[in-house]
Amino acid sequence: MATTLAKAAESVAYAARLEHVSKSFATPGGQQLVLDDISIDVAPGEFVTLLGASGCGKSTLLNLVAGLDRPTAGSITTDGRPALMFQEHALFPWLTAGKNIELALKLRGVAKTERRGKAEELLELVRLKGAYGKRVHELSGGMRQRVALARALAQESNLLLMDEPFAALDAITRDVLHDELTRIWAETGLSVLFVTHNVREAVRLAQRVVLLSSRPGRIAREWQVDIPQPRRIEDAPVAELSIEITEVLRGEIRRHGQH
Amino acid sequence: MASTETTPVQDAGSVEAGLDALETTATGRPTLRQTFVNKILPPIIAIAVVLAAWSLLYPVVDNPTKLPSPTAVGGAFKDAWLKGDLLGYIWTSVSRGLLGFAFALLIGTPLGLLVARMRFVRAAIGPILSGLQSLPSVAWVPPAVIWLGLNNSMMYAVILLGAVPSIANGLVSGVDQVPPLFLRAGRTMGATGVRGIWHVTLPAALPGYVAGLKQGWAFSWRSLMAAEIIASYPDLGVGLGQLLENARTASDMAMVFEAILLILFVGIAIDLLIFSPLERWVLRSRGLLVKG
Repeated sequence: MATTLAKAAESVAYAARLEHVSKSFATPGGQQLVLDDISIDVAPGEFVTLLGASGCGKSTLLNLVAGLDRPTAGSITTDGRPALMFQEHALFPWLTAGKNIELALKLRGVAKTERRGKAEELLELVRLKGAYGKRVHELSGGMRQRVALARALAQESNLLLMDEPFAALDAITRDVLHDELTRIWAETGLSVLFVTHNVREAVRLAQRVVLLSSRPGRIAREWQVDIPQPRRIEDAPVAELSIEITEVLRGEIRRHGQH
Repeated sequence: MASTETTPVQDAGSVEAGLDALETTATGRPTLRQTFVNKILPPIIAIAVVLAAWSLLYPVVDNPTKLPSPTAVGGAFKDAWLKGDLLGYIWTSVSRGLLGFAFALLIGTPLGLLVARMRFVRAAIGPILSGLQSLPSVAWVPPAVIWLGLNNSMMYAVILLGAVPSIANGLVSGVDQVPPLFLRAGRTMGATGVRGIWHVTLPAALPGYVAGLKQGWAFSWRSLMAAEIIASYPDLGVGLGQLLENARTASDMAMVFEAILLILFVGIAIDLLIFSPLERWVLRSRGLLVKG
């Protein structure tokens, strides 16, 4: 694993700590810098969204935090192995919804006798009671993402990484899943690092929005979101802050058009 | 503006239930009648058409040594059945074929896994393995006879050389087609190394593997028939290939047709009874089989 496991004493202070993280990839034209000096702390129980346009290295950053790749410079510390949710549900089609969750439990070392009960509990948490025996292809897009969320929760990690998990869903379903995610986040006390290019989604969900600039990805600005939950995406304060952030984001994107 | 009493969270639950109901389509099994009309009737009609054409052609050709009548071929079947030989012919070949296929499975599977996972092994024998698929397995009969003599081992050797490449290649292409997303998802859950292969790579590669098995059986059967026709020897026991060769030497065209039909039917029957259901089950459980 690329991430360094935190010592127990430090684990209270943050769920994830990124210190001066840089990442570059080798390309035919030489080294290309994708992420430049990113430092972010995610506190236990905090919901942070990473917002940025294309090419800001959002997904690369999540891969680094998930331990799927190593940073070129800097260090990433997480409290245990983070769970990761993708834009595609990434559920295994050869298993039922319930068995997908049980696989995560099994790989975590949960005893066989306890797996079924835990899987049912998790399905109930995402309001999919009765979907245990359903095959992945029998579920709708929104249901699949909820099973994927339940599978991620089965890892009982303190940190949940989400890589544009609702981007492929229709607006109504996405709206409902925002409510669900907020509820589950409040119930479980998880820390969430949520990547998106949707400004309103970022403001709707997060306690803190971190805006990344593109090529290379740098932290452009941060906003604390003090609007009380439960919020709606069409609430006036959400819209106001979204407009403000969008202006800054546009400014960042505009710079790339000027040579 | 009208506002509802429910809190957003309760609201989400009920909206969600509605969405789930709207977006889930019920899938039912076809009725017996549908199965009969869609699956059973068409091949029966096709066979009837072939028999009719055959009956019409027979008087035109008017030469039983070239084209026997359907009744003569039916008589050949009846004779073999009454003598009690028919099942013996079939069993001799089928038992050889299935046993040889089982050996091919035991060798082809680990070989395919090695080629798929080890870069060096793939570079070394990958191209040979796919090249071997295009080599007609009849070509292995002469060397196998020279190496092993006229016996059952030689039959099994020919089956292995025919089927192992198909099975190994099927597994290789199955592993190659595993979506990288599955591997990433597996790794974030802790499925790395052997656990990753067992819980993610192999089940994800199953459709390709089963396609390889299906083709492997076809190659096994073909190789065996080639071996039985070329290397017919009284002590070996009479399988379907030998039956065909015996019929040729006796210039008994009705028996030649009987043997060819038996070879065809056994090949189809094994596929219909074992491999097609296996393939359908694998694909259907993944939602990959579109009902048409």
